[in-house]
Amino acid sequence: MTEAIKADTRQPISEGSEWTFELLETYDREIARVAQHYGLDTYPNQIEVITSEQMIDAYSSVGMPVGYSHWSFGKQFMSTQKHYKRGQMGLAYEIVINSSPCIAYLMEENTMTMQALVIAHASYGHNSFFKGNYLFRTWTDAEGILDYLVFARNYVAECEERYGEEAVENILDSCHALMNHGVDRYKRPAKLSMAKEKALQRERADYLQSQVNDLWRTLPPKEATAKKRKENRFPPDPQENLLYFIEKNAPRLEPWQREIVRIVRKIAQYFYPQRQTQVMNEGWATFWHYTLLNHLYEEGKLTDGFMMEFLQSHTNVVFQPPYFSRMYSGINPYALGFNMFRDIRRICEEPTDEDRRWFPEIAGSNWLETLDFAMRNFKDESFIAQYLSPRLIRELKLFTVVDDDHDDKLEISAIHDDAGYRQIRQMLADQYNLGNREPNIQVWNVDVYGDRSLTLRHDMHNRRPLGESTPEMLRHIARLWGYDVRIESIDEHGHAELMGECKV
Amino acid sequence: MSQLIDRRLSGKNRSAVNRQRFLRRFKAQIRKAVGEAVSERGVSDLERGEEISIPSKDLNEPIFHHGEGGRRDVVSPGNREFVKGDRIDRPQGGGGQGGGGGSPDGEGMDEFVFELSKDEFLNYFFEDLALPDLVKKQLTATPEIKRVRAGFTSDGNPSSLHVVRSMKQAIGRRLAMGAGPRRALREAEEALAKLEAEGKGDSEDAELLREEINRLNARIAAVPFIDTWDLRYANRVDKPQPTSQAVMFCLMDVSGSMDEERKNIAKRFFMLLYLFLTRSYERIDVVFIRHHTVAKEVDEDDFFTSRETGGTVVSSALDLMHEIVTERYPSGQWNIYAAQASDGDNWAEDSPRCREILVNGILPLVQYYAYVEIKAEHPQTLWHEYETVKGMYRHFAMQRILNLEDIYPVFRKLFRKKEAAA
Repeated sequence: MTEAIKADTRQPISEGSEWTFELLETYDREIARVAQHYGLDTYPNQIEVITSEQMIDAYSSVGMPVGYSHWSFGKQFMSTQKHYKRGQMGLAYEIVINSSPCIAYLMEENTMTMQALVIAHASYGHNSFFKGNYLFRTWTDAEGILDYLVFARNYVAECEERYGEEAVENILDSCHALMNHGVDRYKRPAKLSMAKEKALQRERADYLQSQVNDLWRTLPPKEATAKKRKENRFPPDPQENLLYFIEKNAPRLEPWQREIVRIVRKIAQYFYPQRQTQVMNEGWATFWHYTLLNHLYEEGKLTDGFMMEFLQSHTNVVFQPPYFSRMYSGINPYALGFNMFRDIRRICEEPTDEDRRWFPEIAGSNWLETLDFAMRNFKDESFIAQYLSPRLIRELKLFTVVDDDHDDKLEISAIHDDAGYRQIRQMLADQYNLGNREPNIQVWNVDVYGDRSLTLRHDMHNRRPLGESTPEMLRHIARLWGYDVRIESIDEHGHAELMGECKV
Repeated sequence: MSQLIDRRLSGKNRSAVNRQRFLRRFKAQIRKAVGEAVSERGVSDLERGEEISIPSKDLNEPIFHHGEGGRRDVVSPGNREFVKGDRIDRPQGGGGQGGGGGSPDGEGMDEFVFELSKDEFLNYFFEDLALPDLVKKQLTATPEIKRVRAGFTSDGNPSSLHVVRSMKQAIGRRLAMGAGPRRALREAEEALAKLEAEGKGDSEDAELLREEINRLNARIAAVPFIDTWDLRYANRVDKPQPTSQAVMFCLMDVSGSMDEERKNIAKRFFMLLYLFLTRSYERIDVVFIRHHTVAKEVDEDDFFTSRETGGTVVSSALDLMHEIVTERYPSGQWNIYAAQASDGDNWAEDSPRCREILVNGILPLVQYYAYVEIKAEHPQTLWHEYETVKGMYRHFAMQRILNLEDIYPVFRKLFRKKEAAA
């Protein structure tokens, strides 16, 4: 983009590895300028310098700047602290929060280079992703989240005072267990706001309680026939959002318990887009810190020493160990995402014949527009299905293995060759489909006319059964529901089998 | 333009409350782990934190996840040698090619390990424990008294006369007593000066005024410079001073039947007691008395290492202890604790005498007396005699210890918090 500048005309922003607030400001200004040059659209930035201890704090509340108190955060905190103290792990360089202004934490221990890297990565990379990607635009409200978290923390604390820590903890435990099943996958949620939330909370509590009672009051006369019972199924259609169903319909929850279910559900919903866009989000941020800092280097604003340090940590971040390595722990989302965005740019700028065959609509197009479109309109699953190129499959040497319990051996079903590209691409995309990762469990039926028991149905995928945590999970659900809970698994032939039951 | 904020100074222990929640929730497991730690490591280094491990499955946060079985397709990077259709053996230990799915928590650790700080460790260790009768001793029997200053009084003995205070009183009194006459004097002098100015210095009025002035001057001069009621004395009151020193007697049988293992158990018991006392007292003396047929006061090394042969006369040690208490540790100034360890062996005729010394000599003087019988096959005369003592004194405790792991529960039992009624 810019012409390389001769060494003697370089005017680096700084030398040395010490950072100061003035330097942070200067780097931020320069990075912002370049980001604007590439057309990155971001929320305003708030960059906070914190200590490593504070970083551990931030870690343990899953990156929420304010959180209610719960033992699981303490557990997380203690294990992070221990690993960090023993030097078994470094802390991530940054935590960034999807809010407006977008909050990024910088650790004071970092060198100037690392701070610049983090600013580029978090404050311009992640930030523009949060603002642009359709999942975040649809499901999260960056302006309201901080207020909502404050509301949640205060509400939980108030409940603890009134009903005792243990009672609150029990409810939270059960809700946390169901967090992954507390999201609407298709419906659009309402906007969050502190003021509205507070005003509505009491009203909602009264209303909900009356609704619930109503459901259980409208018992038909005894002569209701079996046929009629069958017609009046409840819920009329299976429900995927277990927490929502419980919040609205559990017969025995107190209003405050419903509110807590709701809080956990809202927070789960807030994080849902992040879980669906791990590869894209990290890939996008990594791609941009790489591009922005290289641009600054070409302008002569960065020293060679800066670039060496930067490239070293960048390389570590995007390193993908092969499957046989001891360091291997699955596919590195940074590596996959970064390489894919780079690959898309390559396809736009220097397409090969193969690329023209596979990607006729983007080969040779304006790379900035193409990348922007990709960032805005996909999630991991569809992003991979759309953009993973044969060339990248070859570079990463991807292959697929079938692990079938009907077969005593594993079988290699596809490798990085002409015959395998499509299959690998499809399988990798499936691997990022949350619907495949997590068991598909839905509310099937409530015995409204009988013992009020709740029946869940698990649709088996590839004959994969539920894990050994199921009995415990049923206990959690039964605690919330207040009556018996059972779960059935449906195999591929549509046959239902009772997998577990929890009597209250 | 971005906003830069320096947050380093705002609090760092935001997770402290969550940590407390965690500790509270897993109290039972932590207590168990602490108990095990105590029996396994040297007691002398109890004054440090402890690494506690809890089985991970206990603090697992469950979610619905896929179990083993069915069919999975896993995409992995870094193919070296495979071609389509290759069939390979399943790697041992399950989990397929390590890829997606699999274990939900990823780490697969069996134990969750974390650090308890020294204070936290000791708190678990001492939970439910309290020094027996300590509070009682501090509140009721307060033999040591310190005189502390407490303002001033109007009477006292001359040696505590406070001169400055007394002079202040005197100044005040003189000012007050002279105020009326001085005002009258001033008025009379002004009136006289006025008459003289008018040329009536010889008049009868002037003469009367002069008389008045003389009378007033005499009256002012008559106000005493210091009076008895000006005197102020420094006041001191008696303030009871709780004794903050304790002495701990360790009595141990070193006769032939006490083998290394038994001594080891005894040692731990003594040290636990010592540690416990350090929590409540600033200063602790420890007296080691070992005995076989005769008793001897020794230092710590000798106490635990030396070994004698021969019979056992327990009363010799009790006698010696009583002697030492009388000589060096008057019970008015010292909180006295005693712990006796033995294997229960004693010369049969001596046991009644032990009881006598305890009941009449020692128990009235001490705060607490604990007797542990280590690995005794079956109770013998000493145990039976001591049982009668136990019936008479609340602050006498006895216990049998069978192995190392018993120490902690026994210790807790001995020093269990007494009910408020005690």
